[in-house]
Amino acid sequence: MSQTVLSRARSRRLYNAVMLGLGGLLLLFLVLPFVALVLDGGPEAIWRGLGCSLTWPALRLSLGTTLISVVLVVVGGTPLAWWLARSRWRSARWLEILLQLPVVIPPAVGGIALLLAFGRRGLFGGTLERLGWTPAFSVVAVVMAQVFVSAPFYLQAAVQAFGRLDPNLLAVARSLGASPPRLFVRVALPLARPWLIGGAAMSWARALGEFGATLMFAGNMTGKTQTLPLAIYTALELDIHTAQALSLLLVVFAFALLLFLRRFNRGFEAARGAATP
Amino acid sequence: MTGNSAPRLSVAVQAGLGSFTLQASLEVGAEPLALVGPNGSGKTSLLLTILGLHKPERGRIVLSDEILFDAALAIDRPTEERHLAYLPQDFGLFPHLTAIDNVAFALACRSARVSTKQRRSEAMAWLERFGIGNLGERNPSRLSGGERQRVALARALASSPKALLLDEPTASLDVEARVEVRAFLAESIRSLGLPTILVTHDAMDVEALASRVAVLEKGHVVACGLLSDVRRAPPTSFASRLFSSSTVPKTSGIASPSLQ
Repeated sequence: MSQTVLSRARSRRLYNAVMLGLGGLLLLFLVLPFVALVLDGGPEAIWRGLGCSLTWPALRLSLGTTLISVVLVVVGGTPLAWWLARSRWRSARWLEILLQLPVVIPPAVGGIALLLAFGRRGLFGGTLERLGWTPAFSVVAVVMAQVFVSAPFYLQAAVQAFGRLDPNLLAVARSLGASPPRLFVRVALPLARPWLIGGAAMSWARALGEFGATLMFAGNMTGKTQTLPLAIYTALELDIHTAQALSLLLVVFAFALLLFLRRFNRGFEAARGAATP
Repeated sequence: MTGNSAPRLSVAVQAGLGSFTLQASLEVGAEPLALVGPNGSGKTSLLLTILGLHKPERGRIVLSDEILFDAALAIDRPTEERHLAYLPQDFGLFPHLTAIDNVAFALACRSARVSTKQRRSEAMAWLERFGIGNLGERNPSRLSGGERQRVALARALASSPKALLLDEPTASLDVEARVEVRAFLAESIRSLGLPTILVTHDAMDVEALASRVAVLEKGHVVACGLLSDVRRAPPTSFASRLFSSSTVPKTSGIASPSLQ
């Protein structure tokens, strides 16, 4: 009997060692690059890197364009998600799948697709040009590329949020006489708000990190279409510490975003008490 | 007694429900009707059909002199125009609004031109009428089951409904709250005199709240009549189990669980 206890203890130790070992290896692999990103070269090199002439135009452009992108995504995505979540058509389900495509296709493919659609010699490029508008290789193209790759993140979160709303609440609101606009604005939006904000934040993060589609469709012109990720790529050819400094900037934004989401979710849960919608 | 002025809800519908067809005819006047039947017999689906959330293939739903649905005439009034108060099992209070704003929501739906301040004071008056004026600023998560029920009923009535649809009004409450809510609901339903349909699993709800019973089985109304008749000769095994499980006095009234 003591033998089985012993072997049981041994197998538990073995189990712990295997689980910890495997998990620990991945953890190390994930953490070490960040450590290097922060420590390599020391603060002075990073500070010098930040002073590079690429930094401020790219930072300004990145913040400006991603802000516009996220607004466009939310303004268009919220009604679309509400419709998708409410629709009983089978075609709506197919559309949902189709709208997820930009998440899984490589961004470079998205860039080519945008170019073929809206580029000067693209499918709709001629029409646009006749209207006096050539979006490719301009700041508009930067925004278009960001919207294209980041909208699915918001859409997915929003469709799920609306789909999870208690159907009884919607039924009650309508029975009380709520018109469709009132149902949407006064009931659906406030109830789905935390998930919508979470989705918008993820969508913003994706837009901020956008590289491939922007490079293909908007180019890499300093001060015009060169966002932070593109500036990192350019800086790598000049000086690795400049690239490092720009990368750290993006890490800071991403980390701030995660903190904000955590805070926000906690505040939301506290405000609503134990009741979950 | 059934003059033109008496409110009346008549329902005769046929709707596909997946595995079977809902085929039901009901007439409800001032006497509240309990809809009973086993799980999956189509009780809630029938309520949702009356509400306009399920569209039947055939039939007609008329509330007093207003046609809510008529397949032949292609009339299908949207839910928000049917003036039916719907109370789901968990009362359906909006978790993001305080008790008073829940009631004010109903007022805003019916009259958009009233100022917010006026609406809130009117909502307060409703809460006071239901004895919960002191709870106006509370969120639903901070209300007891009985209090939620009162807010939900106040909100439903503030929308000036022409009929009342209750889905298992006591199912989500603990035993003590159940007794309180049942008594309160019984009094409210009687004093309102609106056509009322009440879906329930609970014989004591039936006894306390309804005077007529419709028994639903696989989407069909297999019996509909006075409570005393249905209890005397239960049409289905479900109905006989329902009424034998509760020991109740023969006179209808609020049955207390301690009665043997």
